Amino acid sequence: MSFFDVLGISGSAMNAQMIRMNTISSNLANTGVAASSAEEAYKAKRPVFRTVYDNAVDSYRAGVTVERIDFNQKPNDRRFEPDNPLADENGYIYISNVNSIEEMVDMTIASRAYQGNVEAINTAKKLVLNTLRLGQ
Amino acid sequence: MPLLQNPFGIHERALTLRDMRNTILAANMANADTPNYKARDINFRDLMQGTANAEMMTATDRQHIQSSFGAAGGHLLYRMPNSPSLDGNTVEVDIEQNHFADNAMRIQATLTFLNSRIKGIKTALRGE
Repeated sequence: MSFFDVLGISGSAMNAQMIRMNTISSNLANTGVAASSAEEAYKAKRPVFRTVYDNAVDSYRAGVTVERIDFNQKPNDRRFEPDNPLADENGYIYISNVNSIEEMVDMTIASRAYQGNVEAINTAKKLVLNTLRLGQ
Repeated sequence: MPLLQNPFGIHERALTLRDMRNTILAANMANADTPNYKARDINFRDLMQGTANAEMMTATDRQHIQSSFGAAGGHLLYRMPNSPSLDGNTVEVDIEQNHFADNAMRIQATLTFLNSRIKGIKTALRGE
Protein backbone atom coordinates (compact mmCIF):
# COMPACT_ATOMS: atom_id res chain seq x y z
CA MET A 1 0.00 0.00 0.00
CA SER A 2 1.89 2.98 -1.13
CA PHE A 3 -0.37 5.68 0.26
CA PHE A 4 1.94 5.34 3.21
CA ASP A 5 4.96 6.09 0.99
CA VAL A 6 3.69 9.64 0.66
CA LEU A 7 4.09 10.07 4.39
CA GLY A 8 7.75 9.02 4.19
CA ILE A 9 8.53 11.06 1.09
CA SER A 10 6.83 14.26 2.21
CA GLY A 11 8.19 13.73 5.71
CA SER A 12 11.75 13.58 4.38
CA ALA A 13 11.10 16.81 2.46
CA MET A 14 9.72 18.49 5.59
CA ASN A 15 12.82 17.44 7.46
CA ALA A 16 15.09 18.82 4.71
CA GLN A 17 13.16 22.10 4.54
CA MET A 18 13.39 22.37 8.32
CA ILE A 19 17.19 22.04 8.15
CA ARG A 20 17.12 24.76 5.50
CA MET A 21 15.04 26.97 7.81
CA ASN A 22 17.58 26.38 10.58
CA THR A 23 20.52 27.42 8.39
CA ILE A 24 18.54 30.50 7.32
CA SER A 25 17.96 31.48 10.93
CA SER A 26 21.65 30.97 11.75
CA ASN A 27 22.49 33.18 8.80
CA LEU A 28 20.04 35.88 9.82
CA ALA A 29 21.23 35.74 13.42
CA ASN A 30 24.79 36.28 12.21
CA THR A 31 24.05 39.21 9.92
CA GLY A 32 26.65 41.92 10.45
CA VAL A 33 28.64 39.96 13.06
CA ALA A 34 32.29 40.99 13.06
CA ALA A 35 35.44 38.89 13.44
CA SER A 36 39.20 39.52 13.60
CA SER A 37 40.17 37.75 10.36
CA ALA A 38 38.61 36.79 7.05
CA GLU A 39 38.90 33.08 8.00
CA GLU A 40 37.08 33.52 11.28
CA ALA A 41 34.31 35.70 9.85
CA TYR A 42 30.92 34.05 9.49
CA LYS A 43 30.07 32.70 6.04
CA ALA A 44 26.46 32.19 5.02
CA LYS A 45 25.44 28.51 5.01
CA ARG A 46 23.16 26.85 2.53
CA PRO A 47 22.08 23.19 2.47
CA VAL A 48 22.31 21.23 -0.80
CA PHE A 49 19.52 18.68 -1.26
CA ARG A 50 19.84 15.25 -2.84
CA THR A 51 17.22 12.76 -3.95
CA VAL A 52 17.18 9.43 -2.09
CA TYR A 53 15.52 6.38 -3.58
CA ASP A 54 14.35 3.76 -1.13
CA ASN A 55 15.21 1.03 -3.60
CA ALA A 56 17.55 1.21 -6.58
CA VAL A 57 15.25 -0.84 -8.78
CA ASP A 58 12.04 1.10 -8.59
CA SER A 59 12.90 4.72 -8.69
CA TYR A 60 9.61 6.44 -8.18
CA ARG A 61 9.73 6.64 -4.40
CA ALA A 62 12.04 9.60 -4.25
CA GLY A 63 12.58 11.26 -0.91
CA VAL A 64 14.98 14.08 -0.08
CA THR A 65 17.96 14.38 2.18
CA VAL A 66 20.46 17.14 2.91
CA GLU A 67 23.65 16.07 1.16
CA ARG A 68 25.94 18.73 2.54
CA ILE A 69 25.98 22.31 3.73
CA ASP A 70 27.74 24.76 1.44
CA PHE A 71 29.35 27.97 2.57
CA ASN A 72 28.92 31.13 0.58
CA GLN A 73 32.33 31.83 -1.00
CA LYS A 74 31.74 35.55 -1.40
CA PRO A 75 34.69 37.36 0.27
CA ASN A 76 33.83 38.90 3.64
CA ASP A 77 33.61 42.66 3.77
CA ARG A 78 36.51 44.37 5.54
CA ARG A 79 35.89 47.51 7.54
CA PHE A 80 38.40 49.91 9.08
CA GLU A 81 37.51 50.21 12.76
CA PRO A 82 40.73 50.55 14.78
CA ASP A 83 38.79 51.17 18.03
CA ASN A 84 36.92 47.89 17.79
CA PRO A 85 38.38 45.32 20.25
CA LEU A 86 38.14 42.69 17.49
CA ALA A 87 40.25 44.70 15.03
CA ASP A 88 43.40 43.03 13.65
CA GLU A 89 46.86 44.67 13.80
CA ASN A 90 46.00 46.87 10.79
CA GLY A 91 42.75 48.05 12.39
CA TYR A 92 40.33 46.04 10.22
CA ILE A 93 37.35 43.95 11.23
CA TYR A 94 35.71 41.36 8.98
CA ILE A 95 31.93 41.28 8.61
CA SER A 96 29.86 38.15 7.94
CA ASN A 97 28.86 37.80 4.29
CA VAL A 98 25.13 37.18 4.92
CA ASN A 99 22.77 38.96 2.56
CA SER A 100 19.62 39.33 4.63
CA ILE A 101 17.38 39.98 1.60
CA GLU A 102 18.46 36.70 0.00
CA GLU A 103 17.85 34.93 3.31
CA MET A 104 14.35 36.37 3.67
CA VAL A 105 13.43 35.29 0.13
CA ASP A 106 14.84 31.82 0.80
CA MET A 107 12.86 31.61 4.01
CA THR A 108 9.62 32.34 2.15
CA ILE A 109 10.41 29.62 -0.41
CA ALA A 110 11.31 27.13 2.32
CA SER A 111 8.14 27.78 4.28
CA ARG A 112 5.97 27.45 1.17
CA ALA A 113 7.68 24.17 0.27
CA TYR A 114 7.09 22.94 3.83
CA GLN A 115 3.42 23.86 3.63
CA GLY A 116 3.06 22.07 0.30
CA ASN A 117 4.42 18.87 1.81
CA VAL A 118 2.15 19.13 4.85
CA GLU A 119 -0.76 19.48 2.45
CA ALA A 120 0.33 16.34 0.58
CA ILE A 121 0.51 14.39 3.85
CA ASN A 122 -2.93 15.60 4.91
CA THR A 123 -4.44 14.57 1.57
CA ALA A 124 -2.76 11.15 1.70
CA LYS A 125 -3.98 10.68 5.27
CA LYS A 126 -7.57 11.41 4.27
CA LEU A 127 -7.34 8.97 1.36
CA VAL A 128 -5.90 6.22 3.58
CA LEU A 129 -8.68 6.70 6.12
CA ASN A 130 -11.32 6.65 3.38
CA THR A 131 -9.78 3.45 1.95
CA LEU A 132 -9.82 1.82 5.38
CA ARG A 133 -13.47 2.74 5.76
CA LEU A 134 -14.42 1.05 2.45
CA GLY A 135 -17.63 -0.94 2.78
CA GLN A 136 -18.59 0.40 6.19
CA MET B 1 -22.64 -14.13 -11.66
CA PRO B 2 -20.17 -11.55 -12.92
CA LEU B 3 -20.73 -9.07 -10.13
CA LEU B 4 -19.49 -11.51 -7.52
CA GLN B 5 -16.74 -13.03 -9.64
CA ASN B 6 -15.05 -9.70 -10.18
CA PRO B 7 -16.73 -7.40 -7.73
CA PHE B 8 -14.44 -4.43 -8.10
CA GLY B 9 -13.99 -4.45 -11.88
CA ILE B 10 -11.51 -1.94 -13.24
CA HIS B 11 -11.56 0.11 -10.06
CA GLU B 12 -9.01 -2.12 -8.39
CA ARG B 13 -6.41 -1.46 -11.07
CA ALA B 14 -7.42 2.20 -11.26
CA LEU B 15 -6.85 2.60 -7.54
CA THR B 16 -3.43 0.92 -7.74
CA LEU B 17 -2.35 3.23 -10.56
CA ARG B 18 -3.82 6.32 -8.94
CA ASP B 19 -2.06 5.45 -5.72
CA MET B 20 1.23 5.10 -7.57
CA ARG B 21 0.72 8.43 -9.30
CA ASN B 22 -0.02 9.95 -5.91
CA THR B 23 3.38 8.78 -4.68
CA ILE B 24 5.15 10.03 -7.81
CA LEU B 25 3.59 13.48 -7.54
CA ALA B 26 4.38 13.68 -3.83
CA ALA B 27 8.00 12.79 -4.67
CA ASN B 28 8.06 15.58 -7.26
CA MET B 29 6.84 18.10 -4.72
CA ALA B 30 9.28 16.80 -2.13
CA ASN B 31 12.15 17.30 -4.58
CA ALA B 32 11.12 20.80 -5.66
CA ASP B 33 14.45 22.21 -4.43
CA THR B 34 16.78 19.33 -5.25
CA PRO B 35 19.40 20.25 -7.88
CA ASN B 36 19.14 18.17 -11.09
CA TYR B 37 15.95 16.35 -10.06
CA LYS B 38 13.65 15.72 -13.02
CA ALA B 39 9.90 15.71 -12.45
CA ARG B 40 8.31 12.32 -13.29
CA ASP B 41 4.82 11.19 -14.08
CA ILE B 42 2.94 8.28 -15.62
CA ASN B 43 0.44 8.24 -18.46
CA PHE B 44 -2.58 6.94 -16.62
CA ARG B 45 -4.65 6.30 -19.74
CA ASP B 46 -1.96 4.15 -21.42
CA LEU B 47 -1.33 2.14 -18.27
CA MET B 48 -5.05 1.66 -17.70
CA GLN B 49 -5.62 0.44 -21.24
CA GLY B 50 -2.60 -1.81 -20.95
CA THR B 51 -1.08 -0.43 -24.16
CA ALA B 52 2.02 0.63 -22.27
CA ASN B 53 2.76 -2.94 -21.23
CA ALA B 54 4.50 -3.69 -24.53
CA GLU B 55 7.96 -2.59 -23.35
CA MET B 56 7.62 -3.83 -19.82
CA MET B 57 10.74 -5.52 -18.48
CA THR B 58 10.22 -9.12 -17.65
CA ALA B 59 12.55 -11.30 -15.64
CA THR B 60 13.16 -14.31 -17.88
CA ASP B 61 16.07 -15.67 -15.89
CA ARG B 62 16.62 -16.47 -12.25
CA GLN B 63 19.51 -13.97 -12.11
CA HIS B 64 17.50 -11.06 -13.49
CA ILE B 65 16.67 -8.34 -11.03
CA GLN B 66 12.98 -8.35 -10.27
CA SER B 67 11.34 -5.02 -10.76
CA SER B 68 8.94 -4.35 -7.96
CA PHE B 69 7.26 -1.75 -10.14
CA GLY B 70 4.62 -4.15 -11.24
CA ALA B 71 2.15 -1.89 -12.96
CA ALA B 72 4.50 0.88 -14.09
CA GLY B 73 7.82 -0.86 -14.77
CA GLY B 74 9.73 1.42 -17.14
CA HIS B 75 6.74 3.69 -17.71
CA LEU B 76 7.84 6.59 -15.64
CA LEU B 77 7.94 9.54 -17.99
CA TYR B 78 9.61 12.91 -17.60
CA ARG B 79 7.53 16.05 -17.43
CA MET B 80 8.52 18.79 -19.86
CA PRO B 81 8.94 21.98 -17.82
CA ASN B 82 7.56 25.32 -18.98
CA SER B 83 10.54 27.14 -17.55
CA PRO B 84 13.42 24.92 -16.44
CA SER B 85 15.52 26.40 -13.65
CA LEU B 86 19.28 26.93 -13.67
CA ASP B 87 20.02 24.15 -11.18
CA GLY B 88 18.66 21.52 -13.56
CA ASN B 89 15.47 20.93 -11.58
CA THR B 90 12.31 20.59 -13.67
CA VAL B 91 9.71 20.59 -10.87
CA GLU B 92 7.15 23.37 -11.06
CA VAL B 93 5.44 23.21 -7.70
CA ASP B 94 2.13 24.82 -8.72
CA ILE B 95 1.72 22.39 -11.60
CA GLU B 96 2.57 19.43 -9.37
CA GLN B 97 0.11 20.62 -6.74
CA ASN B 98 -2.55 20.95 -9.40
CA HIS B 99 -1.93 17.38 -10.61
CA PHE B 100 -1.81 16.15 -7.02
CA ALA B 101 -5.18 17.69 -6.18
CA ASP B 102 -6.68 16.32 -9.39
CA ASN B 103 -5.31 12.85 -8.68
CA ALA B 104 -6.54 12.91 -5.07
CA MET B 105 -10.01 13.83 -6.29
CA ARG B 106 -9.98 10.92 -8.73
CA ILE B 107 -8.84 8.54 -5.99
CA GLN B 108 -11.76 9.77 -3.94
CA ALA B 109 -14.05 9.09 -6.91
CA THR B 110 -12.68 5.55 -7.25
CA LEU B 111 -13.20 4.98 -3.53
CA THR B 112 -16.79 6.18 -3.87
CA PHE B 113 -17.37 3.76 -6.76
CA LEU B 114 -15.89 0.91 -4.72
CA ASN B 115 -18.02 1.83 -1.75
CA SER B 116 -21.22 1.77 -3.74
CA ARG B 117 -20.20 -1.58 -5.29
CA ILE B 118 -19.69 -3.04 -1.83
CA LYS B 119 -22.96 -1.60 -0.61
CA GLY B 120 -24.75 -2.99 -3.66
CA ILE B 121 -23.32 -6.48 -3.13
CA LYS B 122 -24.21 -6.38 0.56
CA THR B 123 -27.76 -5.41 -0.27
CA ALA B 124 -27.98 -8.19 -2.86
CA LEU B 125 -26.65 -10.76 -0.39
CA ARG B 126 -29.02 -9.75 2.36
CA GLY B 127 -31.96 -9.87 -0.02
CA GLU B 128 -33.96 -7.52 2.09
